[in-house]
Order: sequence, then C-alpha cells, then structure tokens
Amino acid sequence: MFGYWDPQLERMSAEDLHALQEDRLKAMVRFVYDHSSFYRKRFAEAGVEPGDIKTLEDVTKLPFTRKVDLRDNYPTGLFCLPKNLVVRYHVSSGTTGKPTVVGYTKGDIEAWSDSLARALTSIGLGSNDVIQVGYGYGLFTGGLGLHYGAERIGATVIPMSTGNTERQLELMQDLGSTAIACTPSYFLHIMEVAEKMGINIGKDTQLKVGIFGAEPWSDETRGRIEAGAGIKAYDIYGTSEISGPLFTECHCQNGIHVWSDLFLTEIIDPKTGEQVEDGERGELVFTTLNKWAMPLIRYRIGDITSMTHEVCECGRSHPRIMRLQGRTDDMIIVRGINVFPSQVESVLLRMPAVGPHYQILVDRDGPLDVMTVRVELTESGFSDKIGDLMALSKRISKELKGVLNIVAKIELVEPGTIPRYEGKAKRVIDTRKV
Amino acid sequence: MSEIKQISLFVENKPGRMAKVAKTLSDSGVNIRAMTIAEAGDFGVIRMVVDSPEKGYQVLHDSGFTVSMTDVLAVEMKDIPGGLYEIVNTLGVNGINVDYAYAFVTAKAERAMLILRVDDIAAARRFLGEKGVKIASLEEIYSI
Repeated sequence: MFGYWDPQLERMSAEDLHALQEDRLKAMVRFVYDHSSFYRKRFAEAGVEPGDIKTLEDVTKLPFTRKVDLRDNYPTGLFCLPKNLVVRYHVSSGTTGKPTVVGYTKGDIEAWSDSLARALTSIGLGSNDVIQVGYGYGLFTGGLGLHYGAERIGATVIPMSTGNTERQLELMQDLGSTAIACTPSYFLHIMEVAEKMGINIGKDTQLKVGIFGAEPWSDETRGRIEAGAGIKAYDIYGTSEISGPLFTECHCQNGIHVWSDLFLTEIIDPKTGEQVEDGERGELVFTTLNKWAMPLIRYRIGDITSMTHEVCECGRSHPRIMRLQGRTDDMIIVRGINVFPSQVESVLLRMPAVGPHYQILVDRDGPLDVMTVRVELTESGFSDKIGDLMALSKRISKELKGVLNIVAKIELVEPGTIPRYEGKAKRVIDTRKV
Repeated sequence: MSEIKQISLFVENKPGRMAKVAKTLSDSGVNIRAMTIAEAGDFGVIRMVVDSPEKGYQVLHDSGFTVSMTDVLAVEMKDIPGGLYEIVNTLGVNGINVDYAYAFVTAKAERAMLILRVDDIAAARRFLGEKGVKIASLEEIYSI
C-alpha cells in the first residue's frame, strides 16, 4: 500500500546523495554567478567565487539570501533566465510585507510536481484516489502546486479551492474524495459544518487522508482531526520562494522528507548563522539544486524547526525536518520571551472545555506587555456557576504558564465568535505601538 | 418530585448580547418568569426561569448560545422583615450551601418568590418543608 514513486532515488545511500548534492551545488553556484548580477555582487561582498566551492561543506562560505532581497529586487530582479523561458508566475500573499514574485520554467514545474508525487505516494495515495484540493488556486502556490502533484500520480483531482464549505462536503460525498488538502484550521471548520449538516465524515464519506499545511499546527490538532474525522492527517511543507508545497511526512508521521536531490537543506542558529547539529532547533535554510528560473542560494526561509539525517523507518534516506515550531516572523516576543502560536494551541487542545479556535492579543499596559488568549467555551465546559468559569480560566492560564513561562489573561468567548479562516489563519493581533 | 429547570447561558459582556437572547425567546413565544445576570468581567451568566424550559433551551441552543439546564428550588418567602432569614437560616443550620439565589414578586402574590441553587436540593426541600416553608411546584411557576 505504501510504495515509492522513485524507489532508487528515494532510498539512495548517504554517500551517493552527498556526491549528487555536491555536484549540483557546484553547478548551481556557477550558474547563478554567470546569470545574476545580484549574486555576483553578493559573492563579491562575501569574498567568495564559484571556484571556492569544492565540497558540499563549502556551502557555509556562501552568503545568505533573505526575503528582503526578493522585495528589494521586485518583481524579477532575482531571475536567472530570460522571461521567454518562464512559463508561470506565482505571487506570495504578502502576509508579512510586500508581495514577492517567483517564476518557473517548464522544468521547474516538473521538478515541483515530482517532489509532490513522491510525497503523495509516501502517504499511500495513487491513481485510484480522488484528491480534493482545498487550497486557494491562483497566485497562491497551494492550489496549483497540489493539483499538478496529484495529477502526476494519476489521481483524480477536484479543484475545489477554498471556501463554500457545504459544497466541499457535498462533492466530497458525491465524487468520493479519498483525500483532502487544505489548511488544518479550515479542516476543523469543515468538521464543524459537517456536524451541523448531520454528516459523519468517518462514516458518510470515503475520506481517508488529509494533507494539511500552510500554517503551523500541533500534534494535538492532528489528534483531534484524526479522532474526529476518522482520517490520517499528514503535515505538508513548502513556501512560494522555493516553489510552493513540496514535501510531506511519509506514512510513519515522523518528520517531513526534504528531497536532497532538489534542495540542500540547512538548519542554522538564527543569531550566529552557524549550522546546528541534527536535532537542534534553528532556522531553515534552503539552497535550490534543481530550480532554474529563480534559484536561491542559502535562502533563510524564516521557519523554525530541527532536522535529522537518520534513515526513516519507511526506508527513505533523505533528511527529515520536524514539525514546524513557527516562523521567525510569527514568533511574538512578549516581555522578552519568545512565544509561538503553536505552543498556545497545543495547550488549548488538551482542554475539552474550550474549542480549537483561538486568538492571541498582545497589547501594552504602560511599559508592560499584556498577552490575552481568547478562546471559545464549549457547551460541555460551561457551568452556570461563575466560580467554575473563573477556575477554568485560571487552569488554562496555569497550563500556558507551564509551557510559555508567561502569564496570559484568558478571555472566554461564545462559540462561533472567533473568525474562521479558509486560507492561512490569523491568530495574532499585536496592537503594541513600538 | 420533578424540580424546576432553570436555563443558564454563557454570554460575552458586549452590547446587544442580552437583546439577542430576549429576541430569540420572544420569537418563539417563550415567556421569562424570573431572571438574573451575574457578571464576571468579560463575560456573564444569565440565569432564568421561563414558562417552557425545554423549548427555551432548544431555541437558544439552536441559535448558537452556550446553554445549560440546572435544577433549582422556588420557595415562597413571606414579604416581611425576616422572611429571607427564615429560609436561609434553615438551610445554613442544616449544612446546605446556597450557590446563588435571586428573588421576584409576582403580580398576584402577596409573597415573594425566591429561586435557589443549593448543593443538596433534596435535603433543602425536606428541611424547608419541615419548617412549613411553601415550595412552589413546576406547574405553579410555569403558570404564574
């Protein structure tokens, strides 16, 4: 049931992978140097030339690229090939600033689709499956990315895009979707709507797999989705700068396989820029090894995770990155302490008295940061004694303090009052004036 | 003896929430007999006795409110100084705790009605009965 898309490549020995990456890195560095004035300038500033990159380990001599470089060179200043070879643009949603543009050659799209074909196969999907793509189609990479990957494995695609939740459920039933790809928060919303419509996803549909990403989520959310909908929930990862959604966990659900023939993956200490050891947390850095319209050298993606090079139980030798802890840019600093929304989420999901939707409000009271967590009270958590509700707030606050080391005010709100998102959820409202 | 069902609602402390509750009940013809709001900062709990508790519960639940039903006692209280004392003292000396209480006066009654939530409703009924305190039945309350 769980096969490989490209068995030879996916199970390649560490030595062979190393050699392959080394060759590709050298070629890529030479390519960007020859085709991009941006990289020539950057390399000169760092005092490095393509000839200095003799081994894979020499990658650390290369300068980092950042999101701001894409913005500063908007729209296509980082492209390395003429426009006539570009077959598609995607434009990032610009959630953290000005939008960024990514261009793809035909080959870039092929490599992207291949990456997802391997990923989808690793979670047991194939030509008999019906994959409902609930990511946005259009400038966002999620919809079209998944679409091409799913077609590559010969699956049947329902190009739903986001929204119209009742229709999603109707077609899920009528066309027999066996898998759905969307954000985890949107799937939680789909589950709520299904319940209201009297649909039991576990019994009334053929859904067996969920592919969830585009926002950080926790193992507790995975548990809630798997138990509530009777499906397996898999994490998917990728961002527009490196193509779009590219990698997923395999059926072992123990880390996301990042394909080494396509990308050189590093985890660095965001402060020093030094590589960290396997298992240590740090910032993800990607160098594209097979992407040509807009290659990226040591791109600091801003996501926080750790990595392992151990061969997975599934037999794949490519390294795995662990569940994302959050982004360096959705990390909020409250009273000098780093807080990731995913940490708050993991606490809330342990408490049945409150629902899975939440908001984090950060404000300032004089010189002091004040963090408020707004969460919906469930009917099972409701007691008509005020004291019980106060005790519940206190209990949540105490659990949060245990994880975050910070005191948060808890605001219990009525069910259905926290905004639901079809795309990326906006969990944090920071009204501090800096 | 079936107890009187009080409806309790969790509501955020925001303009218009109370109106939404009242409109929901009004639209389905449910009449409020007695009510109280306990507020606790960002939220409050509305407690009320209505003429048709099951229906009231259902329409509020279906409108998306967080709602529960609680058994309460309705006892008649003499409308004179010491009327309340007689009742709560009887409960107190018998070790019964009052979680909360609220009172109302009906148009035709010479007596006030006290709604009580206690930690042991059966014992409260027994001890108050022994003291000759009149406890209102379901029918009496719902048909005031």
